[in-house]
Amino acid sequence: MKKSEVPQDKSALEYFTREVCYVKNEDGHYDTELSTGWEAKKVALDEAWKEIKQRTFDAREKIKRGESSPILFFMEEKLMDFTVLASYTGIWKFRIKRHLKPGVFQKLNDSVLKRYADAFEVSVNELKNFKA
Amino acid sequence: MSEFIHHQTAHCENGVTVSLLKHHGVDFISEPLAFGIGSGLFYIHIPFMTVNNGPAISFRTMPGAIFKRTCKALDVKVERKKFKNSKDAMTFLDAKLAQGIPVGCQVGVFHLPYFPKEYRFHFNAHNLIVFGKEGNRYLVSDPVMEVTTSISSEELEKVRFAKGALAPRGHLYYPVRIHEITTEQIRNGIKKGIKRNCRDMLNIPGSVAGVKGIVHTSKKIRGWREKLGPRQAGLYLGQIVRMQEEIGTGGGGFRFLYAAFLEEAAAIMQNDELLRVSEKMTKAGDLWRDSALQMSGIYKGRLTEQKDFEACADLLVEISAVEKDAFRDLAKIKL
Repeated sequence: MKKSEVPQDKSALEYFTREVCYVKNEDGHYDTELSTGWEAKKVALDEAWKEIKQRTFDAREKIKRGESSPILFFMEEKLMDFTVLASYTGIWKFRIKRHLKPGVFQKLNDSVLKRYADAFEVSVNELKNFKA
Repeated sequence: MSEFIHHQTAHCENGVTVSLLKHHGVDFISEPLAFGIGSGLFYIHIPFMTVNNGPAISFRTMPGAIFKRTCKALDVKVERKKFKNSKDAMTFLDAKLAQGIPVGCQVGVFHLPYFPKEYRFHFNAHNLIVFGKEGNRYLVSDPVMEVTTSISSEELEKVRFAKGALAPRGHLYYPVRIHEITTEQIRNGIKKGIKRNCRDMLNIPGSVAGVKGIVHTSKKIRGWREKLGPRQAGLYLGQIVRMQEEIGTGGGGFRFLYAAFLEEAAAIMQNDELLRVSEKMTKAGDLWRDSALQMSGIYKGRLTEQKDFEACADLLVEISAVEKDAFRDLAKIKL
């Protein structure tokens, strides 16, 4: 890539930083140039976030229909998968999967709920009384 | 000890390596040299694994390897520590800062407050330097940023103890002993770095790593539209582009960085043959950018047909051939 070709598109980097790119200068030697972003990857990031929003929305719907517990919503909202959540809570993956059942979730005691609440950075009350 | 100077780089680990070494008087080190001596260039498509619900692809070597190899090649002794307890981790950091020693820290970006929300995924192999403390705030030199910043004690503790894959567990590191570095050491470092990188790209058994890994991904791409549907397949391509081009992960960018390394190496080794390979790596970098453009056409929803996926795959096959040729050429050059 030539120095003059470095894309300077609007992106999520705005107000944060510009990034360093290694490029060829006019003499054909390597040099660095700062870029504000590139549209091709801005769209990739935007699409990834649309998907996250969709998954969070789907989680709400599932909870409304009584097919899942509030844990699913917060998992999606905090971009967690089972491995990450298991690591933050110290609860095994297969137990978390069980806790996604509304009936099982209802019976969880506060000390277990507290571990989830801490991982999601909400209060136990918010988790317990989550309205989808 | 002298005042700490911030250096911005394309990739966080190179940046930490460059800034810490420069702070200790290693003036000649640059980002391309650190990347090349550390054999940073790589490609792997990790099978049976997903990251953020997409394919797990990396364009660079294992986290931590660049710093480790570069320091070793230059005979710089490094002290590293991980902690069970976060209070101990903070106390230890405070003690080092009180001695005026800037410290490299591995952190998770999900809770990193100065990152824009859009970039905050559960990624735990980000690196930054803590170089001072004022009251309750730590002074931070994040290599991907143009200027230094600061974060609170609670925030730093949280990101140093992020959980999930590659959890940092308070991991910190800093050079402790640096001798005068000879030109001979630098030349040997470059030689060894190139040899190791040729091995990584050409000779790893199996089909998922090195130049063969790029072909592996191309085969997967040909099947994605059928298997996952256009929407999900597009998101998978988006993930490749993000792994490739996003800040601090730059795959296409890494090809240019390696080309820049070969250019510097040509001057140090006084061997113009390296310039020829540098040109080939530049070509590979340009092709990676072309592939990102083609892929973006798909996830924007502008291109939707199987032939569009085939075009992406064909580009990857071409890239693989270009990189294979470059590294074979590089392996043959007598240094």
